[in-house]
Amino acid sequence: MLKRLLSVVLVIVVAMTFAKAVSAAEKIVKIDGSSTVYPVTEAVAEEFQKAKKGAIKVTVGISGTGGGFKKFCRGETDISDASRPILEKEMQLCKENGIQYIELPVAYDGLAVMVNPKNNWVTSMTVAELKMLWEPAAQGKITKWNQIRKEWPDKKINLYGAGADSGTFDYFTEAITGKSKSSRGDFTASEDDNVLVQGIAGDLYSLGFFGLAYYEENHDKLKLVAIDNGKGPVIPSEKTVKDGTYQPLSRPIFIYVNAKSAEKPEVKEFVEFYMKNAAKLVRQVKYIALPDAIYKKGLDRFQKKEIGTVFGGDAKIGATIDDLFKTKPKI
Amino acid sequence: MKETLQELKKKIAKRKFYNKIFAFIGFISTTVGIILLAVLFIDLAIDGAQRISYKFFTSFPSRFPEEAGILSAWVGTCLVMIVTAAAAVPLGVGAGIYLEEYAKKNWFTNLIEININNLAGVPSIIYGLLALGLFVYFFNFGESVLTGGLALALLILPIVIMATREAIRAIPNSMREAAYALGATKWQTVKDHIIPYSIGGILTGIIIGMSRAIGETAPIITVGALTFIAFLPPSPIEPEFPFLNFKWLMAPFTVMPIQMFNWVSRPQQAFHLNAAAAGIVLLVMTLLMNALAIYIRYKFRKKIKW
Repeated sequence: MLKRLLSVVLVIVVAMTFAKAVSAAEKIVKIDGSSTVYPVTEAVAEEFQKAKKGAIKVTVGISGTGGGFKKFCRGETDISDASRPILEKEMQLCKENGIQYIELPVAYDGLAVMVNPKNNWVTSMTVAELKMLWEPAAQGKITKWNQIRKEWPDKKINLYGAGADSGTFDYFTEAITGKSKSSRGDFTASEDDNVLVQGIAGDLYSLGFFGLAYYEENHDKLKLVAIDNGKGPVIPSEKTVKDGTYQPLSRPIFIYVNAKSAEKPEVKEFVEFYMKNAAKLVRQVKYIALPDAIYKKGLDRFQKKEIGTVFGGDAKIGATIDDLFKTKPKI
Repeated sequence: MKETLQELKKKIAKRKFYNKIFAFIGFISTTVGIILLAVLFIDLAIDGAQRISYKFFTSFPSRFPEEAGILSAWVGTCLVMIVTAAAAVPLGVGAGIYLEEYAKKNWFTNLIEININNLAGVPSIIYGLLALGLFVYFFNFGESVLTGGLALALLILPIVIMATREAIRAIPNSMREAAYALGATKWQTVKDHIIPYSIGGILTGIIIGMSRAIGETAPIITVGALTFIAFLPPSPIEPEFPFLNFKWLMAPFTVMPIQMFNWVSRPQQAFHLNAAAAGIVLLVMTLLMNALAIYIRYKFRKKIKW
């Protein structure tokens, strides 16, 4: 009898609490997107929540640039992290759902081509040589170092690269082979760049590409290859990425803010905080910060609500800092 | 019968030799499993032990590896596991009992059985996609603890059903016949005999399923678990009437494997230490669940007198 009474009480309690759960709207800023941009946004979110003492909550996911835009264009997130400009089909999707967005560059990221530190024959490579090595036609054909340059050793070349789902892979293939996702398939691919670091560090005849930040953390295990884009070899560094001489493997990374969400005071506050504190926080997470003037322009663009993108749906290769604000954004 | 004693002895020696070989192979196979786990654990412990502290459990993620912790991750994992258990246990055990005790044995139930076995082998990401369509978009549960828990419940349902059936099948038919002979209905038989006798096996199946679910990343990422979340879901217990609160079911969340995955993929070595420390915690959580299952099984087995 007591048991039965207890269960009746329990059912009532459960029912009442469910009824209660339906109400309550919290101030949450929802962000999703690229894992490359994640460390920057995480840093800003962390500082912002500290500054607000938890009154505004921020969540950040890592669905990837493409996955992030899918959610963003359905109106599920307020802000989307992107390691490349928004693409035509994503613009289309946003349009269909009536989502308008403000494009804000937040930092620079460089992709680096790396070899084993004991490799004493490679110091630089031209973009044409990289294309010959990485294009789909090279699969199974270009397998030895001396096929790229005659004086290089007659040894098998072992390739390492970012996995096909990453924005890094998209960007590298676009910049080198001219077409996004167009690459040979016979290389060791990993979404985890640390795996690639280990692979190259332990293999004299290896070559691979990944984010410059991973080189900074492992510079005793890797050797950078200078890239020659027709104007002489350039080693990637904060300076060469920033002044636009390291081409075509440097790129700006962005956040896209839903224009409707930007009306909400919590989102507005967060984005303004982002633009004002990015320079300092970007350096702390070992990315390359944009000049202060660019963050000011970003803040300005946000406050004036200039919607659209300056890239017109094109994953523009080798966009320089000047390109980011040269033209007015368009839908 | 021309065999001499000598030849017989030779044959016996040969058989004994084979016996020893198999014992040796069996021993090696067992040690490989144990050594692998030990190496894994020691490797994690060497890297991660220095990071495990009270602060590690009570801090949110951070860009500074030394300040980052797993508070949102372990709370998220526990809440998701509660939902998973609440959904998968009644459904799985119910289905198992029905299929074994009530359902007629015909081609249709055979078909169901084959399908359940196949479901157990479906890659976990598929369950994530199903949950995304079903719970996130159709039922509108959002990217919440509830969705994550239900997604994992789907994943382990076949495991629970199969374990339940195996456990029930091990009960001798004479037990059922004895109950019927005394005039018990089917429900009375199930309630008073079948479930108590098979509870050990059922619990083992549940725990194996839960141990698998706790380490899953793919379906949880698919349904939209977060990576950075520096606040906790609302507490399930509150001071005023009605004392319980179900808002946490709808809260955004992250879980331990996602936090680990994110740390492992960061360039800074210090984040890898955090990942190792989180790995130890996850391993200990799994071991604790297994220990609990062994204890419960031991308690129930003592009661069975046949």
